[in-house]
Amino acid sequence: MTADLDYLESQSIYILREAYNRIDKLALLWSIGKDSNALLWLCRKAFFGRVPFPVVQLDTGMELPEVYQFRDRVAKEWDLDLVVEQCPPEEEMDQTLPPLTRAAARKTEGLKNLLHNGKYQGVMVGIRRDEQATRAKERVFSPRSLEGDWDVKDQPAEFWDHYKTRFEEGTHVRIHPLLHWTELDIWRYSKREEIPIVPLYFAKDGKRYRSLGEKNITFPVDSTAGTIDEIIAELVVTKIPERAGRAMDNESEDSFERLRSAGYM
Amino acid sequence: MEIRNELNGQLRIVIVGHVDHGKSTLIGRLLNDTGSLPDGKVEQVHEMSRKRGMPFEWAFVMDALQAERDQGITIDTTQIHFKTAQRPYVIIDAPGHTEFLKNMVTGASQADAALLVIDAAEGALEQSRRHAFLLHLLGVRQVAVVVNKMDRVEFDQYRFEAVSREIREYLAELDVFPKAVIPIAARHGDNIVTRSDKAPWYDGPTVIDALDAFRPQQTPTDQPLRFPLQDVYKPDDRRILAGRIESGRLRVGDTLRFSPTGATATVVSIEGWNHSQPIIAAQAGQSIGVTLDKRIFAERGHIAHLEQGAPHVTHRLGVRLFWLTSEPLTVGKTYTLKITTAEHRVTVESISAVIDIEDLSSTPAKAVHRNEVAEVVLRSRSPIAVDLASELPRTGRGVIIDGHDVVGGCIAVEVDEGPAASTNTTEVSHAVTTEERFSANGHKGGVLWLTGLSGAGKSTLAMALERALFDRGWQVFVLDGDNVRNGLNAGLGFSASDRAENIRRVAETAKLFADAGVLVIASLISPLQADRARARAIGGERFHEVYVSADLATCETRDPKGLYKKARAGEIAEFTGISAPYEAPESPELTIDTGTLAPTEALGELLDYVDTTFGKTSLKQGRL
Ligand SMILES: Nc1nc2c(ncn2[C@@H]2O[C@H](COP(=O)(O)OP(=O)(O)OP(=O)(O)O)[C@@H](O)[C@H]2O)c(=O)[nH]1
Ligand SMILES: [Mg+2]
Repeated sequence: MTADLDYLESQSIYILREAYNRIDKLALLWSIGKDSNALLWLCRKAFFGRVPFPVVQLDTGMELPEVYQFRDRVAKEWDLDLVVEQCPPEEEMDQTLPPLTRAAARKTEGLKNLLHNGKYQGVMVGIRRDEQATRAKERVFSPRSLEGDWDVKDQPAEFWDHYKTRFEEGTHVRIHPLLHWTELDIWRYSKREEIPIVPLYFAKDGKRYRSLGEKNITFPVDSTAGTIDEIIAELVVTKIPERAGRAMDNESEDSFERLRSAGYM
Repeated sequence: MEIRNELNGQLRIVIVGHVDHGKSTLIGRLLNDTGSLPDGKVEQVHEMSRKRGMPFEWAFVMDALQAERDQGITIDTTQIHFKTAQRPYVIIDAPGHTEFLKNMVTGASQADAALLVIDAAEGALEQSRRHAFLLHLLGVRQVAVVVNKMDRVEFDQYRFEAVSREIREYLAELDVFPKAVIPIAARHGDNIVTRSDKAPWYDGPTVIDALDAFRPQQTPTDQPLRFPLQDVYKPDDRRILAGRIESGRLRVGDTLRFSPTGATATVVSIEGWNHSQPIIAAQAGQSIGVTLDKRIFAERGHIAHLEQGAPHVTHRLGVRLFWLTSEPLTVGKTYTLKITTAEHRVTVESISAVIDIEDLSSTPAKAVHRNEVAEVVLRSRSPIAVDLASELPRTGRGVIIDGHDVVGGCIAVEVDEGPAASTNTTEVSHAVTTEERFSANGHKGGVLWLTGLSGAGKSTLAMALERALFDRGWQVFVLDGDNVRNGLNAGLGFSASDRAENIRRVAETAKLFADAGVLVIASLISPLQADRARARAIGGERFHEVYVSADLATCETRDPKGLYKKARAGEIAEFTGISAPYEAPESPELTIDTGTLAPTEALGELLDYVDTTFGKTSLKQGRL
């Protein structure tokens, strides 16, 4: 039974279409992971085959080779308007952040440059509530300050699918069309729709990537799941959090909140 | 497709109630006791609690922000997934503090059902009631109550029953009948997943039982079709109208009518991408795109429906509203009302009542303050296609936007169809009829002709009236005798013929304004009976003469511009009242004696007259 997936899909398409209609200059952040692949797929559904805005990869140069290969292949096959934004080096990051968090912050800075140079008013990001507790507090349309900060203590009212789509000059909005999906939903949907997946998600020698990030701060987890079906079976029973392999989440109690407040995805 | 799979359909439950009554604790404990917490979570919560020098705090499972943990309070709503043997759930935590009501609304609006948490010792407090009321407005009809912290009242059955009775009575007045009222101690896990032995007198359901007893919401597929447009795409030679079906079903071959335009066309195809077979039908909950047989004018905000069962189209809407921002809603203010994807500029015509959350009594008011609930009448310039919330909730509700922000929400409770805009009987070739303009503005256009001596108070009254009506959202403008002489009538002097021409021009201009739907306040001495008769002939039945009377002596002592003095000194020739005649009107529509009335009384009289003559009651009588 996949009727529940139809509902999730419809809701995401609704959000994508709202964003495309209401926000003048939009971009989509593509991390090449399973979630943003599904997001791209949903864009093609929403806009009848075509992704009508630039697709941006925030590149730290630290992704695994399989990721770059996948990026280039899919960008060509799907005729994407791919923009690769090089992130500034780690030395330029806030040095009070714990070291691994600091490495992750490079993407925040890359994003800031992108927004500034491209004058984007909205960026779509494939985050989900079930990934992480501060993401669970997110809005679908999540406004950022002039500096790109997230004011988590004063978020806008958002109800009945009416989103905040008006902003002060110079600020931008994060749009989260997958907020209501779970990790398991994404896999079930990827299977149903036959969405291409970076092979790193499938187990090799007893390990697989469950969440895909830069090679210096992301680690594969123990698993024997070599197919989508096996991944789905694994997720139904696992009690290990999805981002357990993401070092910066767990560096200190507040490290991820700090990262996100400062503008991380 | 179904909105939700009804077999293993996920249910979304919001936890609401007064601050500190134990909502987050309940969720933390629920997750723990159903084995839903990820590995390591309990240890983390131990560490967080220890670090802050407090006993183990279950609420920290949900309260993820540093500020929330440090202050021991939920700030923003959050969601978490968990499963029972019966089905998957999304549990939505909502903050109880009055400061964060907008976050509570954000969370609760997404729920199918609610658990209302009430502290056994404190009973139903202000936010317990407010949340209950808002659930009702948000359309969350399935509610169960938990009376928490029973450990603090020694699991006293009588205390439980007193709290239970009080909340049941309150909910009953909202037409909400809780599926269960359950005594629990969230912190200790009593009656959450397992039955507590501390309350042997209780034999009702546990929290888990109550959750599993909620019913999934029905997909509104059997209701009238509502397909509001989000956008129109032209990916190739197709022209695709995109949107989500909010209720009902749609099939290829259906004839659609669009509101508020009334355009009709037939569905040629339902478009999709990566579908193996053509789509021939779609239903509520689906985001779709359709192509039509005709290139009609249809855009974002228009609602497609079938010929039968159309939505209402109105310029005047009675709503029940909740207000979320510190700047109060007041009569006369203009906001954006957004219903599905349509936006309308609306003016607050009246606030019929503000509802007291404590006892549900209503009182008329001038303003709606933050967190209040009220009955309000909104007036729109553009026609609004809308349903009554009681009939079709999804197209019968909307948000109020002020500037950049959503500042309130409302549901439609009364629709004023107004004078039928379709009975276009005027011979003017305008595409917009006079009636439509009036209906859009909420008042008639017309000419209020203020005549009287210099110094009688015409200009003062005219400007005060303009202000007052403008503040109520009226289309109003003053044509002042002195002001028009600088432009429209520059070059005219004070000879009898120039004075006549002066008045004729003002009368013609006023008429155009009136045709455009504006209430024109013409403020001119207009001393001669004959000239005013001509103005009346130009203005027709929309012309209303107001005699602003004050005797010459009074005007002369007021002499605001020092003109009488000059006239007496012979410096101004042909000055009305001194060296030229003033012919008082014989049968004016209204006389205002500024010699005896205070300025505010004079304004009051004038306002009353304007209201009954040009206001909405006059519209109701259909005498346009
Ligand atoms: N004695 C006792 N204390 C409880 C119980 N449930 C919750 N508490 C305590 O009550 C306090 C408030 O609990 P929370 O769960 O944070 O309350 P809340 O309703 O979520 O509060 P807000 O979200 O801020 O509105 C905490 O210190 C809890 O430990 C209970 O059953 N018994
Ligand atoms: Mg709480």
